[in-house]
Amino acid sequence: MLLVEQLSKQFGDLTAVDAVSLVIPKGQMVGVIGRSGAGKSTLLRMINRLTDPSQGSIVYESQNVTALRGRELRLWRASCAMIFQQFNLVERMDVLTNVMVGRIARTGFMRSMTRSFTEADRSRAIDALDRLDLVPQALQRAGTLSGGQQQRVAIAKALVQNPRIMLADEPIASLDPANATRVMDALREINRTDGLTVLVNLHTLDTARAYCDRIIAMRAGQVRFDGAPEALTSEKVREIYGAGELGTDFNEAVTSTSISSGSHRPQIKAVGT
Amino acid sequence: MTSASPAIQQFELDYAAVRKSALRTNTISTVFFALCFVVTAWMGGFFDMTDVTLANGDRVSMWKIWAGLPRLGEYLYKTLPVLHWETLWGDLVNWFWRWKVWLQLLIETILIAYMATLLGVVGAFLLSFPASRNLAPNRIIFNVTRRYLEIIRTVPDLVWALIFVFCFGVGPLAGVLAIGLHATGALGKLYSEANENADMRPVEGIKASGGSWFDQIRYGIVPQVIPNIISYTLLRFEINVRSSSIIGFVGAGGLGQEIRVAMSLQEYTDLSALFLIIFTTVIVIDMLSENVRHRIIGLTGKGV
Repeated sequence: MLLVEQLSKQFGDLTAVDAVSLVIPKGQMVGVIGRSGAGKSTLLRMINRLTDPSQGSIVYESQNVTALRGRELRLWRASCAMIFQQFNLVERMDVLTNVMVGRIARTGFMRSMTRSFTEADRSRAIDALDRLDLVPQALQRAGTLSGGQQQRVAIAKALVQNPRIMLADEPIASLDPANATRVMDALREINRTDGLTVLVNLHTLDTARAYCDRIIAMRAGQVRFDGAPEALTSEKVREIYGAGELGTDFNEAVTSTSISSGSHRPQIKAVGT
Repeated sequence: MTSASPAIQQFELDYAAVRKSALRTNTISTVFFALCFVVTAWMGGFFDMTDVTLANGDRVSMWKIWAGLPRLGEYLYKTLPVLHWETLWGDLVNWFWRWKVWLQLLIETILIAYMATLLGVVGAFLLSFPASRNLAPNRIIFNVTRRYLEIIRTVPDLVWALIFVFCFGVGPLAGVLAIGLHATGALGKLYSEANENADMRPVEGIKASGGSWFDQIRYGIVPQVIPNIISYTLLRFEINVRSSSIIGFVGAGGLGQEIRVAMSLQEYTDLSALFLIIFTTVIVIDMLSENVRHRIIGLTGKGV
């Protein structure tokens, strides 16, 4: 269980995350939505400790994550794998090495510097690539792959970290609908099969509805909604995105990334005044 | 023109104002740079006069540059060897009479450059990471390495050579250390600038997976900057060959010492022979290294 208590982050005068408290049980798939600048990324980055919180604490199974330092901190980062919008792979290195880098926190200094990963790490990486149908690309340079493939490499890398939580920061924002679906399906499959807790930042509401057990909506650093997708009504959506203030029409279908007909269609349409 | 809309009329006014201020800036800066030039030339002795004795015995005052120019030709003429077609081989042997010593010293010159480049690359590579604004672990380490690199490259290699000849005596060891130290400073700056231009996303990717600072550098930065490093290193090798052929002037090994001896003994034809040797070597090495550099850039240009 992941406990976030009164977590805040200030960048100068700006409060990016404002006293957020959450309880996330193991194995839940959680979608975090909200406008750009609502604090979604900062929240995820604080959980991974890429960004240090200003106040508050993060506790994972009675381990105080906010106090971790040095090797302990690196092992924590490995155990809550992060997936980025821009994939953040080493483009000039082959796919296999990019995935093996997921073992970096448990690799010794000399082995890491000489790029000599163990045989066990190599087979673990190949297994992860196989799970994401990327074995044929294993020896290609990561930079030569398409965006969707690169994101799946990033997921494979996250898997070999043997994580307990998976954090995905806008994983499909730079992908076309077909690739977005593949990436989201992969995340859901990992959530269901491995029982991993998945926290995913999304800016397409219908994706969050289609894939997540629970939706957390943020605005101006605060949690404005936390519950099941069905409970997220059109009034709530308008409040979160501030569509009313802007005086513009708001239509979930406009930002939709789904291509399959039927199941992923938005059930609720929020139309502004 | 008469029926221009108010927006266009306003634009014409603004445009005229912009033009006027640009003209003023240009005039002020032109006058300023011209003044600087005149002052520098005056301080550098460009307007000095000198007394010259003419062929008919008259003493006249003449502009120094005008009076001195013919002597340049005179000097160059003195260094030319006497070559006759009938005795060409003999004359050439005569010209390059010390070729055995010179060949040995030429090899020494190239080896000094090679060793110095190697030292410079190792030092600069290791120091370039703490000297990069985006990678330095903290301000203090960043400033210390930056200042260190600045100091060692600001002191010319000839001055380092003087110091090292004093410490370690006459010979190539002093030359290698001197050029190596200067090259560390120069390459360290170039490498760290390449690091600062690197994409930081892979670094963040490694960090998020639990990689240490060294892991972040090893996987996030090094693969990106390797082509730049190779290119800068070859360029530096070319520069080091030039440096090492001069450094013997102060006793730090290589061909330079022969140049110095020839100059002080006024062996003018030896000078031209030595210059020819250095000239040819530098051209050959430049061509080879440029070839390799372009091949590397060509290989890696795509997808960078």
